[in-house]
Amino acid sequence: MKTDENNILTIENLTIGYEQKKQQKIIAKGINFAIKKGTLNAVVGKNGIGKSTLLRTLSKVQKPLAGAIFINKKNSKAYLHQELAKTISLVLTEQLPESQLTVFEVIALGRQPYTNWIDSLTKKDLKKIHWAIEQTNLEALQNNRCSELSDGQMQRVLIARALSQDTEIIILDEPTAHLDMHQTIAIFELLKKLTSSTNKTIIISTHEINLATKMCDELIVLSENKIYTGTTAELIQQNAFENLFTSKIVKFDRALQQFVINSQSF
Amino acid sequence: MKQKTYKKHFILLSVLLIVLFFLNISLGSVSIPFKEIFHTLIGDTSIKDSWQTIVLDFRVPKAITAIIVGSGLSICGLLMQTLFRNPLAGPFVLGISSGASLGVALLILGSSIFGGFFLTSSISNWSLAIAASLGAFLVLFAVIMAANSIRNTMSILIIGLMFGSLTAAVIAVLVYFSEATQIQQYLFWSFGSLGNLSWSELSVFGSIYLVGVLACLSIIKPLNSFLLGENYAKSLGINIKKSRTIILVVTSLLSGVITAFSGPIAFIGLAVPHIAKMLFTTSNHKILIPASAIIGGIVLLICDSIAQLPTSEFTLPINAITSLFGAPIVIWLLLRKKKIVV
Repeated sequence: MKTDENNILTIENLTIGYEQKKQQKIIAKGINFAIKKGTLNAVVGKNGIGKSTLLRTLSKVQKPLAGAIFINKKNSKAYLHQELAKTISLVLTEQLPESQLTVFEVIALGRQPYTNWIDSLTKKDLKKIHWAIEQTNLEALQNNRCSELSDGQMQRVLIARALSQDTEIIILDEPTAHLDMHQTIAIFELLKKLTSSTNKTIIISTHEINLATKMCDELIVLSENKIYTGTTAELIQQNAFENLFTSKIVKFDRALQQFVINSQSF
Repeated sequence: MKQKTYKKHFILLSVLLIVLFFLNISLGSVSIPFKEIFHTLIGDTSIKDSWQTIVLDFRVPKAITAIIVGSGLSICGLLMQTLFRNPLAGPFVLGISSGASLGVALLILGSSIFGGFFLTSSISNWSLAIAASLGAFLVLFAVIMAANSIRNTMSILIIGLMFGSLTAAVIAVLVYFSEATQIQQYLFWSFGSLGNLSWSELSVFGSIYLVGVLACLSIIKPLNSFLLGENYAKSLGINIKKSRTIILVVTSLLSGVITAFSGPIAFIGLAVPHIAKMLFTTSNHKILIPASAIIGGIVLLICDSIAQLPTSEFTLPINAITSLFGAPIVIWLLLRKKKIVV
């Protein structure tokens, strides 16, 4: 384990999974990696390998079965609710429950960790909200109701909400699910832009593996036997992508540096 | 939240509430001129004694009860709809009114079956209120115990409904073995009633109501965050378990005490929050809690006025009026707006 001053998140010997009736259902264990400040990171791997569980554990939505997570050198166990809310913000896969909330109101709810007991917005809160709206190009939509938005627009609203929460780390669980190709790339570009312009650390889980290898700074590859981390070039050297899918339908083409459909299998 | 000003709405509704309050006081089986009522209210003692008694000891407490009951039930309904994210939730989904009904049924019907301890020649308001509260709090205790060991909020809803069926079954058995007079007495309680409350009862009722409403204001923030779902609320630093418990306790306290003093009043708690959401077109609880409270008071004052209007001799059961006039209004609102949201 490198001890780099630049690491914002360090994971040591983490075991993730669920606890059911005192029985542990382990999904992955012995996870070690570190994430650098101001980078865009993607967690990739096949369905059911534990991407969401890993992200949920990092954001303390669920407890780790063993091991520790250090955020800014401090064990995440030691973080209070409020303190964590000012450090990590989330964009989840679940849809928002139906309500009459407007785009502005949803984004404003991101300020809750900072507002007083009756939720009044100060000048600083409003400034942050408007900045988040600006970053995500939502100016024209801010007074619309969320129920009127398309999936791509809604995703930008949720990202803006996370931005207004003003945290160093933003975790997004499959932010491009349900989106078309253009919207998918637009979201990746937005996230990339945010890491470079705001120095925020962003961690996403995604199935857009080809896009992730091109646009993310580092990848965390979850496979059956081993967990690989590093830049795309480093991962190719480690043969990390070869073991990702066990089936023969999709394979990693080293020359093209991306996954391709194996036409011989048809 | 964006400060869209709802001042106009609130002023209009408050004026309406005050007008209806005076209209309600001026109606009744004994017709008293409006001028005399006004003089009585401002403390003029030169008015006929019997009129003074009617206004000050019957009509005013009744009108105040109507406002407390209407606003309390509406707030409870709003809290339940937000907590369960279900537009069909109302103050009684947790089985509170069933618990209260069971308490009252045991008191009234049980006396004929079990005799002995329960045997009372006349059942006072106080004993009814205490029996209803005990029943309500017993169910509340069971639901909160269950809620503490359950993560899923929807399961609490189902447990509440199950308690409701369970108590309804026990009441059915009690009714089967009871005598006609007792059954009639129980039925009268279940029709609901806003009258019959003395000032001393009203002061107890009112102070518990105030405690409940103040507690509500302290949970505006978690309530708003619940609009994003529990996981987002948690990520915003909200303590889900604590907030959920406060919501459950406040709802049970308010709806339990209201049912204890006025019987199970149907419909208001379910419908008024929807009327508030449609009028104010917002989901922000900072607006919706006071809006539901005022509209709830207005709706119950109207229902009570209707209940005593048609014949001067009788007053119709309030429970029938709330549903009879309320249900079509909500259906009409829905047909007009075509959509209902939490």
